[in-house]
Amino acid sequence: MPDDERRPTKLLDQLEEGPWPSFVTEIKKAGEKNPACNDLLQQLESSYEEKRGHWKHGGMVGVRGYGGGVIGRYSAMPEQFPRIAHFHTIRVNHPSGWFYTSDALRTLADIWERHGSGLTNFHGSTGDIIFLGTNTTELEPTFNELTQAGFDLGGSGSALRTPSSCVGQARCEWACYDTMKLCNDLTHQYQDEMHRPAFPYKFKIKCSGCPNDCVAASARADLSIIGTWKDAIRQDDAAVAEYAAAGLDIRRDVCDRCPTRCMDWDNGKLTIENRECVRCMHCINVMPKALRPGKERGAVLLIGAKAPIVKGALLSSVLVPFVAAEELEGTVNELLKRLWDFWDEHGENRERIGELIQRVGLANFLDGIGLDPTPEMVAAPRDNPFIFFREEEAN
Amino acid sequence: MATETAKRITDIGPPNYEKFLPPVIKRNYGKWQYHEGIAPGVLCHVSESGERLYTVRAGSPRLLSVDTIRLFAALADKYCGGYLRFTSRNNIEFLLEDPANIEPLRKELFDAGFPVGGTGASISNIVHTQGWIHCHSAATDASGLVKSLMDRLYSRFTEETLPARVRIAVACCLNMCGAVHCSDIAILGIHRKPPKINHDILKKVSEIPTVIAACPTDAIRPAVVGGKESVTVIDEKCMYCGNCYTVSPAMPLDDPENDGLSIYVGGKVSNARTAPKFSKLAIPFLPNNPPRWPEVVDAVANIVEVYAGGAKKFERMGEWIDRIGWPRFFELTGIEFTRYHLDDFKHAGLTYARSTHIRY
Repeated sequence: MPDDERRPTKLLDQLEEGPWPSFVTEIKKAGEKNPACNDLLQQLESSYEEKRGHWKHGGMVGVRGYGGGVIGRYSAMPEQFPRIAHFHTIRVNHPSGWFYTSDALRTLADIWERHGSGLTNFHGSTGDIIFLGTNTTELEPTFNELTQAGFDLGGSGSALRTPSSCVGQARCEWACYDTMKLCNDLTHQYQDEMHRPAFPYKFKIKCSGCPNDCVAASARADLSIIGTWKDAIRQDDAAVAEYAAAGLDIRRDVCDRCPTRCMDWDNGKLTIENRECVRCMHCINVMPKALRPGKERGAVLLIGAKAPIVKGALLSSVLVPFVAAEELEGTVNELLKRLWDFWDEHGENRERIGELIQRVGLANFLDGIGLDPTPEMVAAPRDNPFIFFREEEAN
Repeated sequence: MATETAKRITDIGPPNYEKFLPPVIKRNYGKWQYHEGIAPGVLCHVSESGERLYTVRAGSPRLLSVDTIRLFAALADKYCGGYLRFTSRNNIEFLLEDPANIEPLRKELFDAGFPVGGTGASISNIVHTQGWIHCHSAATDASGLVKSLMDRLYSRFTEETLPARVRIAVACCLNMCGAVHCSDIAILGIHRKPPKINHDILKKVSEIPTVIAACPTDAIRPAVVGGKESVTVIDEKCMYCGNCYTVSPAMPLDDPENDGLSIYVGGKVSNARTAPKFSKLAIPFLPNNPPRWPEVVDAVANIVEVYAGGAKKFERMGEWIDRIGWPRFFELTGIEFTRYHLDDFKHAGLTYARSTHIRY
């Protein structure tokens, strides 16, 4: 047995002070049962002292038959900290909407206490449950226990990453489609694309139920599925009057904040010019009792968001301006097939689909996937005259 | 090896969420009519059926020991039939049918060190990355920064006293696992020196064409160094993104003297009022100063306070800045505007002012 006596961690101990819950306390708590966590804490203390990380560059480890779901992690100081010489991350695919029962959480906790550090993230940035730190030999047993308990691994590498969704219709009156069901269905449909990386780079799908976009699909998803509606905002005049009576300044805080000025407040009557409404959600956010999204619901499909690596950050842009909720799953499946075919054929190594579109141009991309251009796809038409006309159109 | 004898199960995907939904949600799925905040961190959703669901939201450090998970499970058993969920910002939410349980649950959470809050016009939990705890490419630690920031901003989490919500995110390198680039305030770990090439191992641990292709500015060229096939970096073309390090362990960038933090402001993902937008550079560099990062915490607190004092109700950080203009943002916050604020990457010209709309 290695020396279990905990050496002092003077810098990290300072992070146990203050009112916000402390990750250092969590590591110490886990260290009472698994001494690897004490090694982790001490390696981290030396990072704090030296202002640099002490993890080696990844490594290929995993479970049989999968090409992802496990992130290899090795300490760069294995002599000092042998118990974290291997300290791999396991990504466990979360249930849609991050709902759990206490029993499910205890099952996960028990599995991870038996096979790993006992440290977790609830959740990682993409949405997975993160099991933080175990030996290579424990990967397969952990995986076996997880699958016996009904859980599976999430995505990593150049693969479909674990799709995620907002809470949707489970607890939100604004969800314009069933985000949790779509997320769950897509995840199950594309298990092979998640578990066996075969794409040029990562591909993320995020399902937000309304334009408030609680899972940041616009900023983070290669395919962003954001709920919206087509018909008029549902309006309850009595409830509007209640907000006014309670002191809400409807002109200033609702009408004047409307981006298209499609609302008017006159003599105690709110009128909305719904043809001008861009479904931004502001008025509904401010008066949820009085205003609701319409009944003709569905989603906008947007494409291409990513963080800066490799060639700069992108926000998603409109690809399909509206798909009715009942047609959404079929349309998304058909679209994914075309997107992935085009990307597979034309994408370079480590080129996200958004960067591919930047490189080949939206027009060529649309040709490639068989969609017609529409004005909803652009903030404005081009302002430069450098147009590449097709040869057959100008002879 | 006992588990090996059982049939090996693969590709089953996540468990179906339906089995984790509380009965009140199953009965009212898709039927919610409206919601209201009844206290900071406490929401009430009302169904068309008249049924009510109470949500109690608490902050967590995201990094949780299994015993803390068991504590949450026990609280869920005690107060809400064992049903709970997590939010996209790492908060935990207990899903209650009986409003009489709100206050005792809030108190137990508080006594255990987990504050209730994060709803409405507050600063919710900070989305963040692994940092030195578990990542090889981190320029800083994320958990320690978040802890230090949230200690300072604590009352902004437990109270709804801001003009609008303020979303803060921390990423410990440009890979941005936390996708911080559309946050009201984004804190980004950065390097400031080109990679130090390990010529002895480069050929062994990576493919040279892949390393060259990884560079977005074409700063990497093939070279023979000391008789070994390797690469060189044109230093003037390197902006320290770390992309080459991602594909090759022989290209490390970490540098305790020069790594640090940068702060970006005014991004959002919501479509409410204005379109989603990127965060823009406010502070190009602050020192990496663990364990409490006082320079970063002071800078963020200052930005939050100036925003809180100047923004109109419902104005997000970026909308406030759009109204007052960037010159006034720099004037009010006392942040120095430098040459580093001028974009010189792709499409840089799009950020130049092209009107005479200037506030004097």
